[in-house]
Amino acid sequence: MEALWLSARLAVLVAAILLVLAIPLAYWLSQTKWRGKFLIESVIALPLVLPPTVLGFYLLVAMGANGWLGQLWLAWFGHTLAFTFTGLVAASILYSLPFAVQPLVMAFESVDRRLLDAAAVLGAGRWRAFRQILLPLSFPGIVTAVVLSFAHTLGEFGVVLMVGGNIPGVTRTVSIDIYDHVQSLEYAAANRMAIALLLISFAVLSTIYAVNRRVWSPWPTQ
Amino acid sequence: MTISTSTRQLEAQLRYTRTGLGHDAFELAVDFRLDSGITILFGPSGAGKSTLLDCIAGLLKPAVARIILNGEALNDSAANLVVPPRRRHLAYLFQEPALFPHLTVEQNVSFGLFDVKRHDRASRVQDLLAAFRVERLADRKPAEISGGEAQRVALARALATAPRAVLLDEPLKGLDAELKAAIVDDLRAWNRVRQLPILYVTHQRDEVDALGERVIAIDRGRIIAEGAPHVVLDAPRKKRLAYAAGFENHLSAVVQDIREPDGVMRVRLSGSETELEVPLSYATTGNRVHIAIRAGDILLATRRPEGLSARNILEGTLASLETNGTTVVCRINAGAMFLVHVTPGAARSLELTAGQRVWLVIKTHSCHLVDD
Repeated sequence: MEALWLSARLAVLVAAILLVLAIPLAYWLSQTKWRGKFLIESVIALPLVLPPTVLGFYLLVAMGANGWLGQLWLAWFGHTLAFTFTGLVAASILYSLPFAVQPLVMAFESVDRRLLDAAAVLGAGRWRAFRQILLPLSFPGIVTAVVLSFAHTLGEFGVVLMVGGNIPGVTRTVSIDIYDHVQSLEYAAANRMAIALLLISFAVLSTIYAVNRRVWSPWPTQ
Repeated sequence: MTISTSTRQLEAQLRYTRTGLGHDAFELAVDFRLDSGITILFGPSGAGKSTLLDCIAGLLKPAVARIILNGEALNDSAANLVVPPRRRHLAYLFQEPALFPHLTVEQNVSFGLFDVKRHDRASRVQDLLAAFRVERLADRKPAEISGGEAQRVALARALATAPRAVLLDEPLKGLDAELKAAIVDDLRAWNRVRQLPILYVTHQRDEVDALGERVIAIDRGRIIAEGAPHVVLDAPRKKRLAYAAGFENHLSAVVQDIREPDGVMRVRLSGSETELEVPLSYATTGNRVHIAIRAGDILLATRRPEGLSARNILEGTLASLETNGTTVVCRINAGAMFLVHVTPGAARSLELTAGQRVWLVIKTHSCHLVDD
């Protein structure tokens, strides 16, 4: 149960931080005409194609006692970032970034440009147009981004194993716990965890589809 | 430079280029002035009308521009000045209403009034909703109102911000004539005390007749004529404008003989022996000219008419006739193919049938010479 609680805490925290980071990033990507945009898009999408172990490996190196991030952390906090909950959060943010950014970019881009033009002609600055027009009209995309980053963090394994290790209460998440149980042939315990993860994942995905198909919706469809 | 502050006036000189291959490449280069009241911007689709409006509103950036509104520069390349759209204080109505779908009608109309005191805001919104007859829709969402209602709401929203000029891009597209006339009347009533310059874009001839005090005709990014509607559109000087203005017949001909004292010349239609008498223009014998004639300006007879003042009486065969609403469109082969519009009643009483012999009667001054 400790593992489930840890995973939930990690996933909520990562989803919340990602929301704050990804909204401005996605807004910029959806509005910019900069030619080098594709480079940023590629970097953000990297976790989609890289094996988690590759990402985890580099993060471990960076966060360890000899890595620049690890040394920085050591100087400030007296310990390295690897094998800590904070390290896990940082790694998970990078790993789940595309799952937050991509639905947001799609949502922002699908808002009719003429609505933003209308807002500008009516005297609204960028911030007001963003807050009152773009953001509310992108609501389903925001829900998708939050839910996907939550679910993806909940289910991650490779990066956690590399960066976090397997410290009970600190870095032992559900997926690692299941792996541990299986390794020690405790199938009943593994099954309990696995079923919990399965049900949560199902609930999460049905939320996304419900929102995006507008089974229910805060606004009438146009 | 003289600055006129006394009158409400929009002056624009601008050049906008869109680079691209082939048909995508486009250049708009115009110089005009709008005074109080409605000016029609008329031209075929693709002429650059919407691009021009986007440039004035600041949504597109012209390469070179000098746009002056009531003496204040909105855009002046010489001074490196570009006022952003939100500070231009213009009302701009797009082709589509572009209402914010998540806000009610009332919230849409008050969107531009964020710097107005709450109490004033409510009363201003009420006034506008009433002026455009949509007050009963105040609490509805855009998805719950009709297309015509949405246009009225969009107009109210655009005018709510106390604009200094109004840009309307085919705002009444897709509405029936009666509804259009009603909305335009409301707009005129609204503008009676304000006397703002209004630029009204359309490519429909009937709207020009209904609205226009002044017309600017534009084609391929250039202004090709300006003035009173009947001057610009009844005697179009350009072929593409003639098409847009509803001249159904376009004939190519060669000048045969010039009769200067009579103010006329005789031309022979290309590929036939048929001759027409047309008004004199800058042409000499042997020149090729283009002639535009309205289908409604041609009379149709089933017997050779006599004793008429009209100079052109052509014999031909009725190739086909087709009822289109309240007009019957007849195609007549008289050397060239002519389109003639008659009323269903006339078609019945003349007992018109395909294949029969008919005579076309065309007044000299119904023939308009146009450039390519």
